[in-house]
Amino acid sequence: MTSLDPLCAQLDRYAQDTLQKTDFHVDPDGNLVDQLDLDSIKVLNLIMDVEDEFDVSIPINRLVDVQTVRQLAQMIDQLKA
Amino acid sequence: MTLLEKLDHAAAIRKAMLPDGLAAFGMPVDEIYSASEARVGDQKILFFGTNNYLGLTFAPECLDAAHKALNEEGTGTTGSRLANGNYHAHRLLEQEFAEFYGCDHAMVFTTGYQANLGVISGLAGPEDTLVIDADSHASIYDGCKLSGANVVRFRHNDVDDLDKRLRRLGERAQNCLIIVEGIYSMLGDKAKLADMVAVKNRYRCLILVDEAHSIGVLGDTGQGLVEETGVLDQVDFITGTFSKSLGSIGGYCVSRHAQLEQLRYLSRPYIFTASPSPATIASTRAALTLLREGQALRLRLWRNANRLYRHLHDLGLRLGPDPGPIIAVIVDHPAQALQLWQGLLERGIYVNLILPPAAPDDQALVRISISAAHTDAQIDAINQAFSELKPML
Repeated sequence: MTSLDPLCAQLDRYAQDTLQKTDFHVDPDGNLVDQLDLDSIKVLNLIMDVEDEFDVSIPINRLVDVQTVRQLAQMIDQLKA
Repeated sequence: MTLLEKLDHAAAIRKAMLPDGLAAFGMPVDEIYSASEARVGDQKILFFGTNNYLGLTFAPECLDAAHKALNEEGTGTTGSRLANGNYHAHRLLEQEFAEFYGCDHAMVFTTGYQANLGVISGLAGPEDTLVIDADSHASIYDGCKLSGANVVRFRHNDVDDLDKRLRRLGERAQNCLIIVEGIYSMLGDKAKLADMVAVKNRYRCLILVDEAHSIGVLGDTGQGLVEETGVLDQVDFITGTFSKSLGSIGGYCVSRHAQLEQLRYLSRPYIFTASPSPATIASTRAALTLLREGQALRLRLWRNANRLYRHLHDLGLRLGPDPGPIIAVIVDHPAQALQLWQGLLERGIYVNLILPPAAPDDQALVRISISAAHTDAQIDAINQAFSELKPML
């Protein structure tokens, strides 16, 4: 099982609980930052939450390669492999 | 967007936050009267946003030393430490820093920013991991970026979170560098250093402590948080700046590891910058002597800080967690912070305005820094200004 579905579910929860975006569903192939309207610090804090959810270490320097939710899920899968 | 359009976009964001004509960032200071007083336009102001913790910028010993060096050695070195800019006084200042910390090795950099940039990027490379506090200063983030190392953040000052993130690194944890700060520049809180050093020892990795805001402020002799917590001998690298308690500009790193000396040949921010001017080195040497003997200054600084913190606390303001030379007044919205900042300036008080994303947790801050040079009357004045402005918050 890939990390994509649980990651999308976590981002939906984050959007609803933290950003007060009701009835929000993240697009796996949309830009992560644009969809959630995140500034640089919020992105980094969100990544800490994602690390905790998946019990994985995601170096922030690797995020330059990540644009979409799907790419983040693929990175998580690689790091956990 | 084109390169120039991106700058227009950034300017539009800034203008949306700040009304026209309000120079909250880069306020033009027209005349300096002392360590705590200046003139802005036609208004005399009290400086409560300078980082001049010991108030040494006008100390006669520092001025005399700077004048003498200026006359004898000229206005600048015009070269890197690796070329022609390695003067006798630069080497003496390094010896004095090493001796101050009881370490064998010290390096002096041209700015405090470059000290972090140079040490972090010189120590770590793409195969290494840096584990940093989430609220680290920009110089630490930029040093990490320049290094090309893997960078992992832990939640601000959270020892369990640090432990958890080291655990996730597995065997790689043994070769990582933890980076924390003695006093954090935004909220003014201190690192839980003793607990963090215990974690570091358990994982057998290295730790760097940036004492930029804590040298001269903490510890009996002013070494910083390493002295206050009694862990100097377990800390691997200490960095800091001259531009706060030492009243000039520059930076340093000390270490008990002889390998620090290799950074002179590896650290690009050290190599490709002209060394500090003779006057800067001379005033810093004089200031370091005053700092080491500065128990009375530290007592005065802490008396001022505790008095102001207590007053603001009694007013019911939301403050950073620890009383100290940096006091953050936390408000919910940037507009409130701006209003407070303006109200203080109208009353002749200059403080720092901190807006998101620079402020932690999406908050906005008015950041006050206290000095040993502040008189009782000046502390009375800022207390009075906050009492008057409290109803607007």
